[in-house]
Amino acid sequence: MPLLNIQNLRKSYGPLEVVAGIDLAVKKGECFGLLGPNGAGKTTTLRLALGLTAPDGGTISMLGLPVPDRAREARMRVGVVPQMDNLDPDFTVRENLLAYGRYFGLKDAETALRIPALLEFAGLEHRADARIDALSGGMKRRLTLARALVNDPDLIFLDEPTTGLDPQARHMMWQGLRRLLNQGKTILLTTHFMEEAERLCDRIAIMDHGKIIATGSPHELIGSHIEPQVVEVYGEGVADWMAAHSGTYCERTEKVGETVFCYTRNSEALVQQLCGRTDVRYLNRPASLEDVFLKLTGRDLRD
Amino acid sequence: MAGILSIMFMRSYFSLPTLSLRFIPVWQRNFLVWRKLAIPSILGNLADPAFYMLGLGYGLGGLLPEVGGVPYLTFLAAGTVCYSTMNSATFEVLYSGFSRMHVQKTWEAILNAPLTLDDVLLAELLWATSKSLLSGLAILAIIWALGLAGFAQTLWLIPLIILIGFCFAGMGLVMNALSPNYDFFMYYFTLVITPMVLLCGVFYPVDQLPTWLQAISAWLPLTHAIALARPLVQGGEPQQVLAHALALLAYGGVGFYIALVLTRRRLLK
Repeated sequence: MPLLNIQNLRKSYGPLEVVAGIDLAVKKGECFGLLGPNGAGKTTTLRLALGLTAPDGGTISMLGLPVPDRAREARMRVGVVPQMDNLDPDFTVRENLLAYGRYFGLKDAETALRIPALLEFAGLEHRADARIDALSGGMKRRLTLARALVNDPDLIFLDEPTTGLDPQARHMMWQGLRRLLNQGKTILLTTHFMEEAERLCDRIAIMDHGKIIATGSPHELIGSHIEPQVVEVYGEGVADWMAAHSGTYCERTEKVGETVFCYTRNSEALVQQLCGRTDVRYLNRPASLEDVFLKLTGRDLRD
Repeated sequence: MAGILSIMFMRSYFSLPTLSLRFIPVWQRNFLVWRKLAIPSILGNLADPAFYMLGLGYGLGGLLPEVGGVPYLTFLAAGTVCYSTMNSATFEVLYSGFSRMHVQKTWEAILNAPLTLDDVLLAELLWATSKSLLSGLAILAIIWALGLAGFAQTLWLIPLIILIGFCFAGMGLVMNALSPNYDFFMYYFTLVITPMVLLCGVFYPVDQLPTWLQAISAWLPLTHAIALARPLVQGGEPQQVLAHALALLAYGGVGFYIALVLTRRRLLK
């Protein structure tokens, strides 16, 4: 049975249907990624799943309990890393963990026993008595993750866990999440970093305008939605080149600004043709989840 | 179907508060933070009303004959207990509560744990009441120290202080629920709190006011608080205790309920 099971979920704000009938099942032990541009409905879906707002339609069951009716009980076994850190700035690192443990009914002595492992997990062993404003952005993020683990949850929600982090901090966060998956935890995360989704997630749902428009493993999505090779062509001569050749050598092209994206099953002929030219440059690479994402959700800005 | 569900949820915005002991860890969180900042907080909450009371009581009181049958300082003491408690509860739910709700998003963190908004709001109500109890008690301590009133007769002030704190915490939470930012609270202070300080008999007996102002005063909760406090300080027996106590309870209780509905609408939408 899935740990989180969502069926035909709907939620509107005024005339805007933010979640427009989605189905979603997160299985035990998997990392499930919810991808989508800003405003796609990802955060609203998480809030609905946690029972923090009531749906207009559909059913949700989390850890076998109906949501929102018994959401409070279900949250006993859930950890949440919100989009914005909301650590207690007046408390130290240790006090933040103690206070959060109390919200789960944990006695200070119980939480205190868990704190060394949580600090080790977050790489904050020597910062137990540090004030929150003395921590870097990455440390705060890791402490927020450690705080979400204080109740030893089965299911962990992460809303854009690495937004705003530098590459080092992001990789450290990914390591932490992999450790949790190895321990058998189940993760539901939202992100708009394709690389993050590709590295961590067993399965992905791409969401746009409140609907899920594709689901599958990263490989499946790439395999079924897009040609395997991409050649990006750019430079002064790109317009001439496109007019003359692009259709000949690849299945599909897309012009974005000054760059032409050529999608193809076999890029050899195209690359050979491009090799000799001096007026254009090119980059040949395997198709990625980002290509799928842009194909499905379009290239328009979402503000 | 969608329509029915949203109507049901609208109704759940209006459902009565679920009171549970789950509020305790949230209350404790506020208490532990307060303990870290206790010295400036105590100074701000206690020194300010104490200086007003002593300054006006001795300074202005020296120029006045007895007011309401007692020395002016004694007259002022009863009012000061009440308005100091009112201010303390109000500031706590407005500025500190708003920080926790809107700026630091502390409530949001708590709501991700197995607690509900009802738990959080109850904790805020009771925390502000607790904190304002300290403010009231501090003025009471000054009253005892200066020998303005006997110890035993003023012990009844303690439950009254709790009631005043409850009343103004509940009312203030409504403002908190409505506020877009800190500046919004100025309306409440200018239009509600300041008139109350000046119309409810803190500094002079209400019967000095013209009848139409007295009529307004009679509706204000601080008037009911002072109607109970003043006889207690001056060694008399308060009249219509039940009516005054019920008025304070009603303002606080109805305020809390409205605040809960508005805050649910604000945060659980």
